[in-house]
Amino acid sequence: MAVAFFYLFSAVLIASAFAVIVSRNPVHSVLYLILAFVNGAGLFLLAGAEFLAMILVVVYVGAVAVLFLFVVMMLDVDFAALRQGFTKYLPIGAAVGAVVLGELGLVALGWQSAPGAREAAAAPIVAGVSNTAALGQVLYTKYFLFFQASALVLLTAMIGAIVLTLHHRPGVKRQKIAEQNARTRDNVIEIKKVPSRAGL
Amino acid sequence: MVVDLTHYLVVSAILFTLGVAGIILNRKNIIIILMSVELILLSVNLNLVAFSASLGDLTGQVFALFILTVAAAEAAIGLAILVTYFRNRGTIAVEDINSLKG
Repeated sequence: MAVAFFYLFSAVLIASAFAVIVSRNPVHSVLYLILAFVNGAGLFLLAGAEFLAMILVVVYVGAVAVLFLFVVMMLDVDFAALRQGFTKYLPIGAAVGAVVLGELGLVALGWQSAPGAREAAAAPIVAGVSNTAALGQVLYTKYFLFFQASALVLLTAMIGAIVLTLHHRPGVKRQKIAEQNARTRDNVIEIKKVPSRAGL
Repeated sequence: MVVDLTHYLVVSAILFTLGVAGIILNRKNIIIILMSVELILLSVNLNLVAFSASLGDLTGQVFALFILTVAAAEAAIGLAILVTYFRNRGTIAVEDINSLKG
């Protein structure tokens, strides 16, 4: 059963990754990317990494892919013009891909594990503890500083994204609450002496 | 027949190759290039998780979690730069992005 699911998830993952890089419409690319991430999460589940699978669905499908979708739909770009040269780059792309795949295949099929690698595990998986709990037990103790550093990375990214995209257009009327609160009777009311029966 | 580490490594190698080929094939469209980078990072995560399960070591999954964090940050910053650039120049073609050339 697990084998069948492995082949199902892998086949759909590879097919949708292929569709990401060759589809004509970038919106379709993003949707295929979502499909690829969901199937990747399935592969994570099969490998026993339940927490990472759920995080992959939440973070990638829920945030990153939707962000891509927003940007693709928001930018008014002639994507057909950007696609020119696809066939020109096809031979070199296929050649580089074949070389990379050949090398990675040699590595993936020809490697062997060092003796004692399993005994040298820094954080061994203990039986009887769920994946999420086990991950938390090492993440918040042994790798706590790295956890904080990744939080800093996210903070930097958040500030960077806000600083990059926030811009004030000149000439837009905005409410200035501090100015409104700073108004006193003396600097906004002027008393005029109007002589009677003279009109204005 | 059981699913062993080699199966995961082969799938991950194919995914990595597709990502690299995507960068070369779509070298005018920076959005597809960013998506290809995400595919490459996914294949790396798949490798780490497979080794983690095979060796019985949680460190691989912790590392994959950090890669996920960095990938999310990278996508957010990259797309923010893209939006800002499009607003200023009206194009996102990669060969037009050369004003830093000096």
